[in-house]
This record gives sequence, C-alpha cells and structure tokens, in this order.
Amino acid sequence: MSAIIAFFKKPFIRKYANYFIIALLTLVFGLLSATGSLKMGNQFLMEQIAIAVLLAVSLGMVVGFLGELSLGHAGFMCAGAFIGGKIAQMMVSAMGVSQNNILVLLVSLLVGGLTAALFGFIIGLPALRLRGDYLAIVTLAFGEIVRAVVMNLPDTMFGGTLGVETPRFDRKYFFVIALLMVLVCLAVTQNLMHSKHGRAIISIKDNEIAAKATGIDITRYKLFVFTISSFFAGVAGVLYSYTQSRVQSATFDYNYSIEILVMVVLGGMGSINGSMIAAALITFINVKLQTVLTGNLAVLQNVIYALILIAIVIYRNAPGLKGFREKYNSKTLLAWLKKKLGKGKVADAEATVVAAGVETVEKEEAKDE
Amino acid sequence: MEFLTSLLNGLSSGGTYAIIAIGYTMVYGIAKMLNFAHGDIIMVGGYAMFSTLLLINQPVVALIFAIVFCMILGVCIERFAYRPLRGASPLAVLITAIGVSSLLQSLAQIIFGAAPKMPTRLQISGAIHIGSLAISYGTIVTLAVTVVLMVALTVFVKYSKVGRAMVAVSEDRGAAQLMGINTNAIIAITFAIGSALAAVAAYLMLMKAPSLTNTLGAMPGIKAFTAAVIGGIGSIPGAMLGGVLLGVIESLSLSIPVLAPFTDAIEFAILIVILLVKPAGLLGKTRREKV
Amino acid sequence: MNEEKIIAPAAHSDVVLKTEHLCIQFGGLRAVDDVNLEIKKGELYGLIGPNGAGKTTVFNLLTGVYKPTSGKIYLCGKEIAGKAPAEINRLGIARTFQNIRLFNSLTVLENVMVGLANQVSCNVVKSIFRLPRHRRSEKEMRDRALELLKVFQLDEYKDYLAANLPYGKQRKLEIARAMATNPKLLLLDEPAAGMNPSETQELMDDITFVRREFGITILLIEHDMRLVGGICENLTVLNFGTELAKGETAKVLADPAVVTAYLGE
Repeated sequence: MSAIIAFFKKPFIRKYANYFIIALLTLVFGLLSATGSLKMGNQFLMEQIAIAVLLAVSLGMVVGFLGELSLGHAGFMCAGAFIGGKIAQMMVSAMGVSQNNILVLLVSLLVGGLTAALFGFIIGLPALRLRGDYLAIVTLAFGEIVRAVVMNLPDTMFGGTLGVETPRFDRKYFFVIALLMVLVCLAVTQNLMHSKHGRAIISIKDNEIAAKATGIDITRYKLFVFTISSFFAGVAGVLYSYTQSRVQSATFDYNYSIEILVMVVLGGMGSINGSMIAAALITFINVKLQTVLTGNLAVLQNVIYALILIAIVIYRNAPGLKGFREKYNSKTLLAWLKKKLGKGKVADAEATVVAAGVETVEKEEAKDE
Repeated sequence: MEFLTSLLNGLSSGGTYAIIAIGYTMVYGIAKMLNFAHGDIIMVGGYAMFSTLLLINQPVVALIFAIVFCMILGVCIERFAYRPLRGASPLAVLITAIGVSSLLQSLAQIIFGAAPKMPTRLQISGAIHIGSLAISYGTIVTLAVTVVLMVALTVFVKYSKVGRAMVAVSEDRGAAQLMGINTNAIIAITFAIGSALAAVAAYLMLMKAPSLTNTLGAMPGIKAFTAAVIGGIGSIPGAMLGGVLLGVIESLSLSIPVLAPFTDAIEFAILIVILLVKPAGLLGKTRREKV
Repeated sequence: MNEEKIIAPAAHSDVVLKTEHLCIQFGGLRAVDDVNLEIKKGELYGLIGPNGAGKTTVFNLLTGVYKPTSGKIYLCGKEIAGKAPAEINRLGIARTFQNIRLFNSLTVLENVMVGLANQVSCNVVKSIFRLPRHRRSEKEMRDRALELLKVFQLDEYKDYLAANLPYGKQRKLEIARAMATNPKLLLLDEPAAGMNPSETQELMDDITFVRREFGITILLIEHDMRLVGGICENLTVLNFGTELAKGETAKVLADPAVVTAYLGE
C-alpha cells in the first residue's frame, strides 16, 4: 500500500498521474469488454464520457487558459461530426470495406479534426480584434452559422434536417478508441500548458497589455489555441457521429456549447483535471438519470445545474465573498474531513485497512471518469 | 410591390428587435455586462400574459401585468445574481447570466410543459389594402408602438433626472457615485426598464404569431443582441438603427428563395463582418484601456 | 533643426534612443507635442513633469501601445515608430507600468520565465512531444530566471503567486520580468509610486545596482524629486505635452520655468 503511495508521490509520476490512471482504466475496461464481461450500457456510458471529456478539456484551453469565452464549441464539433461522418461513410462505400475498419475510423477522426481546426483558425481571426463579450457573441454566431449552413445545404450533401447517416464501429472496442483520443488530447494539452507556450497563453489571460510588452506574440498564440481547441472538438464530433445512427445539425445548437461551458466552469477554470472530472461526473449523472427521469423531472435536472452554475460562479468570483471563500474552501473542507476520518480510524483501525483499498480504487475511478 | 411588402415586414420585425436591443444596450451601457438572460425575460412576459388571460380575458390587462411582472423579475435577477459579481471579471458575470437564462427556460418548461401554448386572444389579424399593397394591422401596431417607445425613451434619457443619471453612470460609475448618484438604484431602474421593454416585445411577437414555448425569446434575444452590437452597444440610437437594419435584412433575405434558408447565417455573418470592420459597431464609441 | 535631419541617426553609435518631433493627437488634444529625446548608452535619463504632462503617453508611444501621429523613434538607429508592442520588445525596449501589471495567476518564477520566452528557442511541436530541446530550454529559462530573482532578492519568493507578493516586491518583480527580455533600454514608469521612504531608498539602490550589473540604459518617469535628483544624469521636463526644459539634472531643476510648472505661480 505504502509502496503504491510512494510510487504516486514521485514527481514524474505525480505530474502524469491523471494520464496513468486513465490509461490503466482504458486497459482494464478494454480487457473486460474484449472478454465480453462489460455491459452494453457501460460501453455507451464510457463513449459519452470520453466525448464530454474531450469537449471540456478542449474548451477549457480557450476559456480557462486563454481567458476568452467561446460559445461556439458545438459548432466546431458539428463540423467534425458531419465531415468525419460523411468521409467515413464515403470511404466505406468506395473501398467496399466493412464498417469496422479501423483505418476508416482513424482517417475520419483526422479529417474531421482538421476541418474543425480550420474553422477554429478562421474564428480565431476575429478573436484578434475582439475581446470579451463581443468575441463570445461572435463565436456563438459562428457556431450557429455552421449549423444553419449544414442544415440548409442540398440534401445530397449533409441530408438537410434529417442529417447524415454515419457508419458503426464495433461497440466492444469503440470506447477504447475514444478513451485513447482522450489520452492524446490530455497529453497535448498538459505538455503544452507546462511549457513556455503555456505560460505565454496564461500571461495573455492575466494581462494582455503586459504580455505584449513582454514580447509575447499574442496573435500567434490566440490563433493557435483556437485552432488546437477546435481540433479536439472536431475529433469529439467524429466520435459522436459514430455513436449515433444519424447526426443532425439541430443537436449542435448553442445550448450544447453552454452545456460544455458548464462542465469547464464547474471543474474550475484553468484546471485540466477539474474539467475532466466535471465532464465525467455530469455525463455519468445525465446518462444514469436519463432512464429514471423523464419529462418535467429531466428539466428539473437542468434547473439544478443552472442553480449550481450560478452559485459556483458567485462563490468563486464575488468580491464581497472574499472572507467567506477564505474560511470555507476545498482545503478547509479536506482538513475538516481528515480530522473526522482520523478520529474514526483510531476507533476501528481494522475496518479502515480493508476499506482503504476499496476507497482508493473508487477514488481513482471517480477522478478519471 | 413585393419588395415594398417585405420592406414593411422588415421594418416591423426590426422594430421588435430594436425594442429588445434597447434592453441589451442600456444594461450593457450602464452595468457593463451582457445580460444573456434578457431574451428569456421576453419568454417570461409571454407566459405572464398567457396566465393572466386565463383569469381575465383582457389583452391590455395581460400586457400590464406582464410588464410589471417582468420589471420585478429583472430587478430580482440583478439583485441576486449580478450585483454580487459587480467588480468581478466580465467572464464570470457572463457565465452567471447564461446560468440565469438556462434557469428561466427550464423553470418555464416545468411550470407550463413543453407543448406550445396558444394565447390566440392576443392575435391581431386583418390588413389594410392600399392598391395591391396589403399592410397587416400587426405591422401597423408594431411600428406605432416602436416609434412611440423610441421617442419616449429618448426624451426620458435626455431630459429626466433619472435618465441623465443613467448617462452619468454609463460614462463613469465611480465619478457618478461621488456626485451623489445612487448607482445601485440606477442600475436596478435600468434593468426594470429593459425588462418592461422585453414584455412589450413579447406582446408584439405573440400578436403576430400566438405560439408560446420556453424558447420564445432565445433566438430573438440573440438576434437583438446582434442588432445592438451592430449598432454599437451602449448606444440607444445604435440599438434602434441596428434593430431596424437587421429586421429589414432578415425580411429581404427571406423574400429571396435562394437565400431564405440561410437567413440566420447571413444575419450572423453580417454581425461578424461589421465587428471586424468597426469593432465598436456602427454608432459605438471605441474605448481604450488605460495603460 | 536642419542639421539634425541631415545627420543620419545611425551615425551616433552610442545613442540608444532618439525621438524626432514626436507627436500624438487624441481628437483635438495634442497629448505629446514635438518631443525630442536623445539617450546615450548606459545613461539614466529622467522624464519628469506635472500630472497629465504626457509622460506615460511618451512611454506608450515608445513601446508601440499608441502609434504616433507624426515624428520618428529610433532605437539604436533603427526606426521603430508604429511597430507592434511585442515586436518593439523583441527589438530591445522593455518597460514597467505605473499601475503594476503582473501575471497574477503565475508564480514569481514563472513571471520572469515568461520574459525569457523569446531568449530560448523551442517551438510548440517540440514542447508537445517533450523533445530534448524542450527540456534543455526549460532548464535554461529556469536557471536564468532564478539568477535574475537573486539579483532582485526575490528568490525566496519564487513559488509565490505574483498576486500574493507585497506591493514593493511586486514592483521589483516587474523590473525583473522586464530585464528578462534582455532589453537595450529599460523604461520605468513611476517605479517609486506608492512606496514608503525606506522602500524608495531600496529601489534606488536596486536601480543603480542593475545599471552597473547589466550596463543598461534606463529612461525613468518619476514624481519623487529626490529620487530623480539622486540618480538621473539628464532630464527632460514635460508640461502640457511639450518640452519645458532639458539637460543636466542640477541645471534643469534650478530652472525657474520648471519650478513654476511644479509649484504654480
């Protein structure tokens, strides 16, 4: 036990702990799925979680690190979903291969991602001249333009309002591919942010004027962040198209972008792990409650999310709550929990030893999903 | 003749946009925030009218109740969601506003259900025929209401004490406060006026097409914000100009079969182009950040 | 006047900064009107004047925040007027701000490392794939940043968030960050603003030390006359955007016109 803890305390391992945990889980669940002992429902859950995590981490780059609000993330996803889905469909019929072709999947992921990246680059251009609320509304407008154009092009292209039919991939392994994409995205984001480029990006958020005066090429970094963030949104879009029998542009309205934004904000802006945990948790709850809650109860869930969002933003940002924040935050909460648990441990030490093993596994799972 | 008809339609829907856009622009000018939930206040106004009509079948009573209800709601939202964040980053305020918008939409769906409500009592049908030109009563009412509100608002801001205090707060909040202006009260009044205008907009919209869902205000809200930005946010004449411009463009685009399906895309594209050419909008003032 | 134009600025190899008839107009207001500065290598030059005289505007012109309406700016003989702020920084002008502008969500060390970003080469791809160049450049930046922090006695705070530093230290960190960009000319905008006398004294010592250590040329805006009189060799006094007096510090400060501008009639 202590050996494991010591292992995770090594600086290198610590830095990449999130990475290792996801890799491990991918492997474990992949094996479970390969042997047929993973339920269909859980495969679906994993796919959805992977997509949400990709979206949240990539949007987090723009909102949390660059400090610009993008309300068009679903638009980039839309571009990826349609182009990727279409390319895959075309390849399947042109090459006469089966749907389960890994090459088709990878090519469509790449093409979908690159298309979205191109769109991201284009939207990055106004980002150079506009800031804050103006940019937010422009990204929203751009997302709606993408959606409206896709919907209204001749039916032969993207199927109009009916949408485009997309290929399937073996359910047993698809989520593994999706999780591998999460790993790629995580590696890129994390390595980028822990480098001079990451510091430059944060410096733009903190103080653009000072960043310029310090010689930071704002233009290049803004375009770069928008491009790479949209790339992963596009990848998520392609993955999404594979999980649906058809993709319809109506799905990708600005409310979807806002849903992703909620994940980023709840996870704590500027925290990659936070975005991942929030995305996984919200998706988990949504999927699990989808069958339980119907009609008005499902809407009640939205009410609760909205209230939590407002409460968290006010708690974290309100100038008048500074004292309150210093008194009650995650650190003081943890300390309080430790104190409580510490007392319990003395009482029944035996039970804790057994429980500890279970607990850490659960914790890691929660952290990763 | 067809052109003239769509131009008139455009002026009429542009008037509605302008009324909503003024709500955005006043709040932006004075509280320096994008009230993303403004469009949803329209929707609340719609349901308020619908509910009143169930009790008293009088459109005028319904409209007055909706105006009062929206004003109270607007002030409450400002007090509990936005005021705590005064002085915080604009990003935080905008995200809160998005949360409020989503909250209002979900609450409305829980209370009234997802099926559209049809307050047909509000509808005004029929038209005046001048030669081959048909002008619907709805268009005439909208244009009349728009003009009256614009004039009234301009006079109010220019000549009333409160109106001038509003201008002062939007120019420099700190200085206005030192001059003895109660900025919190002025901001609350601004929200009240904006929300009242939203209720009027709800009436104008339902008068033409009496179909009410929880997303009634979402798209018109975003379009009107677009109009406000095109005109130069913070400027009341700008919002009027932007609203009318957007309405006319929309109506003309809808009348051309090839362009019609892409109308939304065209409107948003115009927004992006105008912002790129004139980042402060047509009538807006550029503000430099002090270094 | 004509002679000045004929002699190419590049001819003065020891002139770091030269401005010719620098002007900027905001609407009807000439905020800076015909300012001619000439700062030699290694010099500590003062720019003083009453509030609203246009001192910070001159800085903003020199660093590209504003584009001059007319006039020329030469840095070591190279025309830089109208270039973008980041490019001017890379060409060799670094600055601090009157209202401190640090990167508050980064640590003290990281703030300085941002300044060093252009001093090492390592592109995005190398960083993402963690190629050896990335590790080398990161180490180099870290080492150099630590050295700089030592010079400014900030090394013990290296892991503090910049926002959590005490005020006086924040001012120093801003200078350290500016020095990290390896400038030819350092612009300090009221570095002693808001400091108590002992902090001001410490800052003066630091500025003199930095000047000796790095042999850097400094242009300083200041209100505090003791600080200016104590360390600047030459001065330009601005009033209403125009030059009121310039030359050796002692002479300028004794000029009756300067005294009037400061103390009123």
